[in-house]
Parts: sequence; C-alpha cells; structure tokens
Amino acid sequence: MRAELVLVALGLVAVSGVPGLLFGRSSPVGERVAAFLLILGSVLGLLVALGAMAEPVSLARAWPVPGGELAVRVDGLAALFLVPLFVVAPLGSIYGLEYWPQRDHADDGRKLRLFYGLQAAGIGLLLVAANAVLFLVGWETMALAAFFCITTEDRDEAVRQSGYVYLVATRIGTLLIFAMFAVLHAASGTWSFAAPATAIAPSAATAVFVLALLGFGIKAGLMPLHVWLPGAHANAPSHVSALMSGVLIKTGIYGIARVCSFFDHPPVGWGVALLVAGAVSGVLGVAFAVGQHDLKRLLAYHSVENIGIITMGLGVAVVGRAVGSAPLVALGLAGALLHVWNHALFKALLFLSAGSVLHATGTREMDQLGGLAKRMPRTAFAFLLGAVAICGLPPLNGFVSELFVYLGLFHMFGSDRTWVMGAIGAPALALIGALALACFAKAHGAVFLGQGRSSRVARAHDPGAAMLGPMALLGLACMFIGFAPAVVSPVLESATAAWAPEVAAVVGPLEALAPLHILSVTGVALLALAGVAAALIVRSSRRAPIASALTWDCGYAAPSPRMQYTASSFAQTLVTFFSWALRPDVHRGAPGGLFPPPATFHTHVPDTVLDRAVLPLSRGGARALGWFRWVQHGNVHLYIVYMLAAIVVLVLVSR
Amino acid sequence: MLERLLHLAAQLAITLVFPPLLVGLITKTKAVIAGRIGPPVLQPYYDLVKLARKGSVFSTTTTWIFRASPVVGIATAFLASLLIPLGGHEAPISFTGDLVLFAYLFGLARFFTVSAALDTGSAFEGMGGAREATFSCLAEPALFLGLLVLVKRSGALSLATMLGAAVPGTWLSSGAALVLVVASLFVVLLAENCRVPFDDPNTHLELTMIHEVMVLDHSGPALGMIFYGAALKLFVLGAIVIGIVVPVRTGSYALDLGLFVAGMLLLSVVIGIVESVMARLRLRQVPSLLVGACLLSAFAILLASR
Repeated sequence: MRAELVLVALGLVAVSGVPGLLFGRSSPVGERVAAFLLILGSVLGLLVALGAMAEPVSLARAWPVPGGELAVRVDGLAALFLVPLFVVAPLGSIYGLEYWPQRDHADDGRKLRLFYGLQAAGIGLLLVAANAVLFLVGWETMALAAFFCITTEDRDEAVRQSGYVYLVATRIGTLLIFAMFAVLHAASGTWSFAAPATAIAPSAATAVFVLALLGFGIKAGLMPLHVWLPGAHANAPSHVSALMSGVLIKTGIYGIARVCSFFDHPPVGWGVALLVAGAVSGVLGVAFAVGQHDLKRLLAYHSVENIGIITMGLGVAVVGRAVGSAPLVALGLAGALLHVWNHALFKALLFLSAGSVLHATGTREMDQLGGLAKRMPRTAFAFLLGAVAICGLPPLNGFVSELFVYLGLFHMFGSDRTWVMGAIGAPALALIGALALACFAKAHGAVFLGQGRSSRVARAHDPGAAMLGPMALLGLACMFIGFAPAVVSPVLESATAAWAPEVAAVVGPLEALAPLHILSVTGVALLALAGVAAALIVRSSRRAPIASALTWDCGYAAPSPRMQYTASSFAQTLVTFFSWALRPDVHRGAPGGLFPPPATFHTHVPDTVLDRAVLPLSRGGARALGWFRWVQHGNVHLYIVYMLAAIVVLVLVSR
Repeated sequence: MLERLLHLAAQLAITLVFPPLLVGLITKTKAVIAGRIGPPVLQPYYDLVKLARKGSVFSTTTTWIFRASPVVGIATAFLASLLIPLGGHEAPISFTGDLVLFAYLFGLARFFTVSAALDTGSAFEGMGGAREATFSCLAEPALFLGLLVLVKRSGALSLATMLGAAVPGTWLSSGAALVLVVASLFVVLLAENCRVPFDDPNTHLELTMIHEVMVLDHSGPALGMIFYGAALKLFVLGAIVIGIVVPVRTGSYALDLGLFVAGMLLLSVVIGIVESVMARLRLRQVPSLLVGACLLSAFAILLASR
C-alpha cells in the first residue's frame, strides 16, 4: 500500500504544472494549484520515505515493455535521497510564486512550472525504481524536463547556449548509462536491481563501474565532466538552480552508490578511483569558484566541489568494503550521504538567497553589488548561514558530514594497507575547506558587506514572505542538523544497511564511531561562550561613549565605494596559485605614450575544460562530420524513414 | 571527581590569565636583544584594562558582522583551548575527531575576521582579509599533515590522547618524524598568529600587514577583545607545539602543569628570538615557506609510516 502511495505522490508532483495550462496567460490560479499539488505530493512522499527508513517498501507489477517491470522499491538508500527532493522541490515552488509570478512571466511561467514538476517527478521515479528500464524512464524524464527548465528564458542567447551544452552532456551521459545497463544485463541476465551481481566476471564488473562513473559522473558534475553545470546553474531561474544543484545532480551520486552496492566485493581500485575523482573535483571545483565574479556561477562551481567531497566519502566506503573494514564503510557512507542532505539544504538556501539578490538588483555580477546587508538584512543573514554551513564550519551541518569523511580518512591512514590514500585525502579535504572559506568570505563580503558599488544597490530590499519563508526553513534545517546531529544517525544507519547489509550487522550504532552527541555540547558551548563575550563587550561599552565615523582610510577624508577591495582583487592571489588549471583571461590596457589613454584591466576565469578542450574539439568534430551534412535536409518524413531503417537493422543484428 | 574539578579549574585559570603574558614576554625578549629596556612584561594586561574602559568608534559602513567578529574570535579560541590537554593530562572536552573541530573552530574565527574586514569597505582591510584567507589555504593542510603523524604514532583520534600519555613513546619510536612535525607546526604557529616572518605585529604601515590591517577600524573594548583573542590563539597553538616538545609526563598534575608553563614561556622567548634575528618575508615568498612546512610534515608522514 505504501509503495502505491509513493507513486501517487510522484503522480501529483508530475501533474502539478498541468492545471496551469488550462488557465489564462496572466491568471494566478495555475501557479497556486501547482504549488499546492507539489506540496501535497511532497508531504505524502516524505511520509512514505521516512517510513521506508524503518522498513523498506516494495511493489512489483507486470509491465508490457521489453525487459520492463513496474518494480518499485524504497529502501534506506532511496529514502535518504528522496527526502531532499521532497523538501527542496516544494520549497522551491513556494519561492517561485513570488520569484517567477505568472503575471510578470506570462510567456514562460506555465512552461516552467510544467517542467519543474516533471523534473521533480522524474528524479523521484528513478530513485524508487528497482528495474533498469523504469530507472531509465525516470532518468530521461528528469534529464529532458531539466533542459526545458534551464532554457526558461530562451530568448536570451547565453541561456540557449547553456541549454545546448547541457543537452549534449546529458545525452552522452544517458548513452553511457544505457551501455552500463546493457553490460550489466549481459553479465547477470536480469534488469532487476534486486539480485546481487556477485557472479559477474571481473572484466564485466570493471566495465560496469567505469561506465557508471562516467555516465553518472556527468550528471553529478565531477570534474572534468562538469562542463554543463556552471552555465546551466547560472542561467536557470534560481529556484530551478536550487532544485538542480540540491537534488538533481545527486541522482548521479545515487547512481554510482547504487551500482557499487550491487557488488559485495568491489576491487580496491574502484574506491581509489572514486577518492581521486572526488579530491580532484573538490580542489579544482573550489579553485574555479574562487575565480568567478558571477554569484550564481560561483555557487555552481561549489556544487562541483561538494560533489567531490561526497565522492570522496563514497570512495572511503568502497575501499572499506573492498578491504573488509566495517568502520571505513560506515564512516565513509555516513559522510557521503549526510553531505547529500546537507548540500541539498545549504546549497538550496544559497541559491534562493542569490535569487533574491538577483530579484532585487537585477544583476549577478558581484563587483556591481555590495552593502546589501543594510538593505536586505534577512537575505544577508540567510546567505551568511548558508556560507558558514557550506564551508564546513562548526556549529552548522556541513561540519558534521565533513567530520565523518575526515574520520574515515583518518581510519584509512591508520591501516597499513590504505595509509597512502588517507595521507593524501585528509590534507586535500583541509585544502578544500580553506579554499571554500576564502571563496565564501569573498562572495558574502563582496555582495553584502561594505558599500554598494553601483546604483543597482540603492533601491534593493528584502523580498516578501513567499521567498523568505522557504529560505528560513532551509536555514533552520541547517542549524538543526548542526546542533543535533544525533537525530540523523538512524537515517544513516538504515541507508548503510541498504547499501552494505553485511557491514551494518558488524559495525553497530554510528554513535560508537563518531561523537554525535558531543557535537551538540560543543555547539551549545560555542553559543554560550559567544554570549558571555558579547555580554562583556556590551557591559564595558555602556560606561564609555560610542561614536560613529567614516571608515579609517589612513587619513583620506573621502573614501568612495569604488576604492573598496573588489571580489576579483580578493581572489587574485589564489587565482594566480591555480593559474595552471584556471588559465585566467587577462586583458590589460596599460597607459602609454605622451598623452596616455585611460588604463583598463579586465580579468575573467573561463571554464578551462569547456572553453579550451570540449568546444574546440567539438568544432573540429563538426567540421570533420560536415561530409555527412547532406543527410540533414529538414524533411521530417525522411527522418522517420531513417529511424525505421535503423530499427530494422538493429532487429536484424540482434537476432 | 574533586580532583577532576580541581584540574578543570586549574586549566581554566591558566587559559584565562596566562595568554597575554606570552605576548608581553615576546616583546620583552625582542627589546632585550635589541639592547632596549622595553615595556614591562605585564604591559599587555595594562593595555587590556585600558581598552576595556575606552569608548568605541564604529564606522557608519559597518553592520553587526563587524561587532560580532571579536566575540566569535574569542569564543572559538576559548572552546579550542578546552580540547587541549595542558601538561599532557586530560582535556575538559575530548572525543574522537576533536582535532578536526580544533582546526575548523579557527576557520570559523577567520571567516568572521575576514568578513569584518570587508564590512568596513576599506581597501586596506580588504587586502588584509584576502591575504589572511589566501595564506590559510596553505597553513591548513600543513596543520593536518602534522597532526596526521601524531594520529599515526599514537593510534588515537583525539588531541587529549595524541598530546597526552602517548607523546614520550612516540619520541622513542619515531623521534626524527616528530622533529620534522615540530618544525612544521612551529611555522604554522608563526603564520596563524601573524608573527615575523609572515607578518609584523608592530608595524603600522598597513600595506605590509595581514592581521593588524584587518582590525584597523576596531576600537575600545572590541579591540581589547581582539588582542586578547590573538593572545589566546597563540597560547592554544603554542600548547600543541609544547605538548609535543616537552614529552616529560611525571604523573603529578602540578609538576606537569609547571613544566608546561615553563615550556610556554620558553616558546615565547624562542618566538622573540626569531622575530629579532629575522626580517619579514616578502609577500611572494610567504607561500613558499608554508609549502615548505607542508613538505616537512609529508616527510614526517613517510618516516612515521615506514
């Protein structure tokens, strides 16, 4: 019964945008109905997911599709990934009521809501699927709906460009995943996820793993497969960015985790590959983020970084399973999966805050902003919470999951077989943390602190309740997990039981491996100490005069906003450190001659992989394939003939 | 139970009262080597009392972040001090993985200090903030690499054990590795506390500085709190170095604590000597020194894991 409920929930989410199509271009009824249906479906789905953590629910019906079976199974792992979906998707739709109202977006509002619901439902379907064909149906629904969400403002050239890059990337990813399932089916003889794939030959298993890492890695945004991610996240409406960054890219992680769980004894090399991919993604992701001056692109690169941290945790768990170390599996998986939740919460919070800045000022350029903390104090506080959380700083939630990953890496370092990975992984994670701190100090400082750098800031103000409410809820969730991490340990234990049943029996409660209760104590102690210090300052300030003055600029009497340190200057030294990877574009117009013209300086960090590798290669490929252009003539009925011919050939070949 | 309470009281008392003395002693050492009399060793205490009574000036550009930063700085440093076993005995708070909390608490303080600097809208303070954030990207891995060696040799994941009873045995089993770790952690200590050769706490030429330039706009009690927080940070990071360098564990709490205090005083003198015989590095050379610290620790890891 509960398995049917989750399908009902997903159905409600999927059709949430449909009623809006029946209403007029400027009618507000459709958007309210959509938000209502999404919330209803999400609450229902959330209930099933929370229940499934205690006891998995499943359902199997015949389905007349070759290889298909309507097999649904919500175990601890799937339930864990469903929760952020059913939290972020409805909050995003509430946010959208004010951020993308139908009356201001008569052209594209209905389209956006239709595909927003479909995208969320697709994600849900692939998470609950226990059959490869059903999984792919969900996967494609999600992937294609996301394309239409990204290209909501398709009049804009930049938006179309990012949409095309995303579309190509997601097609390649899907192709690889098809190939992976085909290899898996050829080796195990089943499309079902239920049977463990123990009898698979090592060569086929390796092929499955490599295809999964590449195919799912494209969706997750692992460096250097992340090429679609920055543009897509930056150009989509902010609540769509929140859903994509918070939930959609995690389906890639889910795919890798699910496929790895099929194998009881994975080779150590898989874990090492995941660790290396995660560390590269983490360090380079945050390095690219440091170089950005577009607020949403910066956040997008942080998704690459956080996916890296999650993948490192997953790598620790796979190594643990390979060498038979239960604590490694428990700690690595707990770190990875809790970071899936945490990243969904704080990244959604950050994208929604960035959205309200964009809404209020009309720009994402950090060097045009500044001083917004005075104009939009609530948004500024929300962004600050998200920034502290994403840097992994105590006492918020990011710290808890990074602590798990650290503990896993320390355990690796303690063992003679795996110490090298620990010795490289732990400092890499420390480097990622310090770089993220630099990046968010820069982003928060440039946007919210100091003085406004342009006239756009002057009229900005906090948004209304529909936008602030979801942000407040996400911020509270970040604080809750940070201060009471012990609450989530049953969730992580049930996911571990689903991923590696033999480990869960050995390892016992998570509390024995990691000090969750003490983190509540230290969190409260930190607040109490800060309270005492604040009280001391207030008391001693009461006796003495307090004056206001201009900022001290070494005697210069008229400091102007243009004299502030910009986001680009803040990042400059770090960008130079990483210039071997970032390859920043620098254009200098130095003054010269007897009557020097005004000096100019312009710097920009492009996406090295996309702009210097993928696009040039694609252009070369397009030239080479120009010989076949006669096939493309625009006659649709002839295209259908091609398809028919292709299917006939395939049927003949597969005989 | 009573004994534990007494130990806790002793640790709190030392942590609260002792740190400014370290700063005073460093200044005195530098003065003596330069042939001056210098301010009294207790001068930092007088300064704190004076600042606590002063009025404050706040820039009109600033927000609550600017006022919160000294508070966060002092709260995080104090909480971090509770994770350290003074004299190698038990720490007030100790758990598996507390070394991560230790490092990340300083991260939280750094986030707020840098944000407060950007909050003033001053180019100087922004520059200081950028440098602080940049150099810590190299200091942080060095700190973790150093701590990893202790993790390896002691087999424990809490500072109380790593710096406690396990230290004498570690010196016997892999002394060479520990020498490298101490060197690396000493460099991190100098960098994190903005001492020469990374930064000069005495100059007031803003362009040459990191930490001092970030707090240019603070005044009155808040500035006092920043000074005290800086001294506390020096004390806490110094306590880690001294925890390794003074491996004598007599078993008597009072004696061990006395040794620890003597070690900390010696550390201040050493820092004073370093500051007297070295000049500040050029800014471009700072990363090389920090990378050097990382490499020292990496060698130590190789030595310890062989």
